[in-house]
Amino acid sequence: MKAYQYLIVFTLGVLSFTSCSKNEGPAPDQQLTGNLQLKFDHIVGDKKLQLGSGEYTNTAGELFTVDLLKYYVSNVKISTADGRTYTVPQEESYFLIDASVTESQFVNIEVPEGDYTQLTFLLGVDSLRSTMPVEDRTGVLDPAGDHNGGGMYWSWNSGYIFFKMEGQSPAVDLEGDPTGQHRYRYHIGGFGGYDAPTLNNIKTVSLDLSRAGTANVRQELSSNVHLFIDLAKVFNGSTTVSLAENPTVMFGDYSAFIANNYQAMFSHDHTHNFEPLNGTHE
Amino acid sequence: MAHMNSRRTGRPFAVLCLVLACAVACNKAADVAPDWFGGFKKPANFPEPVYDLNANPINQAGFELGRKLFHDPLLSRNNTISCASCHIQSSAFTHHGHDVSHGIDDKLGTRNAPPIMNLAWSKNFFWDGGVFHLDMLAIAPIENPVEMDESLMNVLAKLRQHTQYPRLFEKAFGSPEISTANFLKALSQFMLMAVSSNAKYDKVMRGEGHTAFTADEQAGYAVYQQHCAGCHAEPLFTDQSFRDNGLGPNPINDQGRYMITLNDTDSYKFKVPSLRNLKYTAPYMHDGRLLTLAAVIAHYRREVRDTPNLDPLLRNPDGSRGIVLSETEKTDLLAFLQTLNDEKFVTDPFLGVGN
Repeated sequence: MKAYQYLIVFTLGVLSFTSCSKNEGPAPDQQLTGNLQLKFDHIVGDKKLQLGSGEYTNTAGELFTVDLLKYYVSNVKISTADGRTYTVPQEESYFLIDASVTESQFVNIEVPEGDYTQLTFLLGVDSLRSTMPVEDRTGVLDPAGDHNGGGMYWSWNSGYIFFKMEGQSPAVDLEGDPTGQHRYRYHIGGFGGYDAPTLNNIKTVSLDLSRAGTANVRQELSSNVHLFIDLAKVFNGSTTVSLAENPTVMFGDYSAFIANNYQAMFSHDHTHNFEPLNGTHE
Repeated sequence: MAHMNSRRTGRPFAVLCLVLACAVACNKAADVAPDWFGGFKKPANFPEPVYDLNANPINQAGFELGRKLFHDPLLSRNNTISCASCHIQSSAFTHHGHDVSHGIDDKLGTRNAPPIMNLAWSKNFFWDGGVFHLDMLAIAPIENPVEMDESLMNVLAKLRQHTQYPRLFEKAFGSPEISTANFLKALSQFMLMAVSSNAKYDKVMRGEGHTAFTADEQAGYAVYQQHCAGCHAEPLFTDQSFRDNGLGPNPINDQGRYMITLNDTDSYKFKVPSLRNLKYTAPYMHDGRLLTLAAVIAHYRREVRDTPNLDPLLRNPDGSRGIVLSETEKTDLLAFLQTLNDEKFVTDPFLGVGN
């Protein structure tokens, strides 16, 4: 009898624990809103990104550093397992992630309560916004915006630079960088063209959150979704990119290969649910 | 009269008041309702503008602000180069005598400065059409390292610290805040008002003051219609298309429209320029390689190269290339082209430095 009692207690305990971890607090109420935090955490392979100082090796065997990394994330959508989708209002859905600005790596969005299993966003700026009147390009989209010293707008070929990554590599010789600084410069953009179709490097990124932690958004709490962005993928994907062969990639056909590669650099590592608001969870 | 009256009644104060009131009224009149500022008017022989004027209504204060900005070297990194440095009114807002322009630190560009003229009707801008809205145009020369080499952010910062500009922005837009949009829209207001529509050709077309073509000009008009209008369409004298006119690549291998579309069939194509104001805008072509109109006509008659994207209009049924013109037709055509020069446009103080 004693063993049986133990078993009951143990089972109850397990049940209680399971229910707690699955869903703390009441079921989601779509009339209420809570905070969804996306954390953009930059890595290179199995190392944390150390901006400017870290040295890494790409698939082509070339050493490189990263001292500038900025990209636009826009048009964020989240979905629940039962297929309910919330689209962040267009006006509030443009973010410029900058590896040198900590605050920019935490995107906080107010969304209806829910248990979200899918996160979708664009890497880049959609064509509609890219062709809007100048008064509709405010905040991070302001062509004069303080993009931390580096423009994310092409003035000669109207459009945003979606992804900008620069650094040094001994593989870049004097021919590759006539200034002798051994720099590589990747400025990737192209929204498809205004009056003539051209390069479209807008990439949709869709991440399944259910495996590493559904985002349980509840009122007055924050669900913190921790993403890893692996910059090694910029050089390694359907195309193996060599810094010696392609030290400078801007508006040209080769940029499509890099954009195809970096589309896969995002992964979901884990989620911290029911966190206090205004926290920047490390 | 008032003066005498006041002396009689011994009220010099009233005189002072009257004089002051008159002076104030005069100033106000000049500020608010000037006779000379009529706003944007579509010439009777022009189509509807492409630019949406409702989105940026032109007023005198906005125009004057744009004119001041256009002439202000503050827009460049070291405060030496203004828009007007390379877009000179007396040259129909081009850089007379320069194949390509020299900008900041006398660095050379790669293309011939295009005129600031009739831009309200432009679908896109620059020789390659890379910018598709007038409001976004000015960012390109400001940020180009060989033109003004300044960041838009810095330009706005300099304007915000300026003793006059915040007040001028308030007058133009109702707020002293100097935003990207208001800065660019003020420049647009000035550029939109740079309308060239008073050449002899325009007066003939509008039937103004019984102006008529001479016999030579009339014959030249017929030559133009037969041989040139396929690209240089009336009344803007450009159809705004991108074409390869058989010049062949230049030493820096500027591929023109291809750089915007990355489409091989756009290689070495450039925007068809207007034929208006040719008298003031030499040299010609995207890189200013032809110094005279005679050289331009010689190119079309005898020097058109067989390039891969050569415009079909320059291929003749017998396999030859270029435009077949007799000497008489050439002389007549040149006479007609002179009727497209608009002296008012290049001398009008309204579009000058201002005050």
